[in-house]
Amino acid sequence: MGNNFLRLLSGLWVTVRISLISIAFSLVLGTLLGAVMTSRNRVVKVLCRVYLEIVRIMPQLVWLFIVFFGVTRLTGANFGGETSAVIVFTIWGAAEMGDLVRGTFEAIPRHQFESSLSLGLTKPQMYISIIFPQALRNLLPNVINLATRMIKTTALVSIIGVTEVLKVGKQIIDANRFEFPNAAIWVYAAIFFMYFLICFPLSMISRAIVKKQQRSEGE
Amino acid sequence: MTETELKPSAAEIPSEHIIDINGVVKRFGDNAILDGIDLSVSKGEVVVLIGPSGCGKSTLLRCLNGLEPIQGGTITLHGEPVIHGEKSLYKIRQKIGMVFQSYDLFPHLTVLKNITLSPIKVQKRDKAEAERQAMELLARVGLADKAKSYPSELSGGQKQRVAICRSLIMDPEIMLLDEITAALDPEMVHEVLNVVLDLAKSGTTMMIVTHEMAFAQAVADRIVFLDGGSIIEQDTPDEFFRHPKTERAERFLKTFTYTK
Repeated sequence: MGNNFLRLLSGLWVTVRISLISIAFSLVLGTLLGAVMTSRNRVVKVLCRVYLEIVRIMPQLVWLFIVFFGVTRLTGANFGGETSAVIVFTIWGAAEMGDLVRGTFEAIPRHQFESSLSLGLTKPQMYISIIFPQALRNLLPNVINLATRMIKTTALVSIIGVTEVLKVGKQIIDANRFEFPNAAIWVYAAIFFMYFLICFPLSMISRAIVKKQQRSEGE
Repeated sequence: MTETELKPSAAEIPSEHIIDINGVVKRFGDNAILDGIDLSVSKGEVVVLIGPSGCGKSTLLRCLNGLEPIQGGTITLHGEPVIHGEKSLYKIRQKIGMVFQSYDLFPHLTVLKNITLSPIKVQKRDKAEAERQAMELLARVGLADKAKSYPSELSGGQKQRVAICRSLIMDPEIMLLDEITAALDPEMVHEVLNVVLDLAKSGTTMMIVTHEMAFAQAVADRIVFLDGGSIIEQDTPDEFFRHPKTERAERFLKTFTYTK
């Protein structure tokens, strides 16, 4: 029993590791992508849109297969399961993050920029004092939402042979099928709580931000 | 109140120009929004721009602040050129206060911080001193008790009064007011216009775009009537409203009175 719990924890660590690395990459690349997406250049806009739609339309599962098997097939480059997972989740996360950043900046009214400038603020001052704080407040709840979605979706990576928490759970259930036929419910319950422990604090942070925002906006 | 009470300034100080606009042309594509505007505003003068929608009056104010590039002519503030996209613009803009039609307060900052942001960040003034002046300005517009409120907790009229304070604290040489009451409920128009009238009396140089004709008549030293991107007529408010010289101005003024 004690051993099984440790096994689950080590599986959870794989889940967390893949999630955290992917989320970190997504935040950085997505922010850059978002900045690019606000470009007025038609071609740039269309390219970004195409990227975003392709990533959204194709299930993450398919992406995992493409990167894990397909890329190796085509180029001979051999990614491990975890590396493939990080690549796929970064491709997905960056796309979604980019769209969030784009939407947030486009939602800031033009007169916020103009009145900043007409007060004599320089562009860097305008972004630091006026635009970014507003953008960040609107962005954070959505980013946290995206992060929890990414964490939950990492369960798919067992398909390409990465033993994350759900896979470990299955192994434990299978190994004890004859001795403890009802083990499944307890193992899954434990996994449920593990996901909960990771995602719930994130939701709480998101809710706290929204609340604070509503107070200052007086809604 | 009669117009003579309000405008000693223009008569006394005729010479010192704050703003000089020479042959300004502004085009969007092939469409000339401003078609060779010449206009000067002297210190302490209140110039009110009126004209039908789309005549270019708001665009003119935006050009004066360098928010829009111009395709011809020059704009100078105290002899310094206002050029869209130039670094020098940051310095010049500190001397030009602008209030827009939309509520443009910064929603994430309190009223007090909205006002003190630019003196502290741009003019590098002492925070306590800036806050003291901000409180004085708020008291002047009757909003001292709202210093700690957020913009969303204010009415439209209150927001515009704060926006006026936010510009005034920079001690601008000229205030540009772009239809600042156009988005307000009628009962709030008055409180904002009273503040502007008060500024006019205290000798603030202003260029005002408005659709409130009674207000224009009360506040202006000079009315400038624009149509189709050109200045059609300019005169004292008394003359302009009573005896418009051009047929176009007459037609425009008629649209404000309903006759059967």
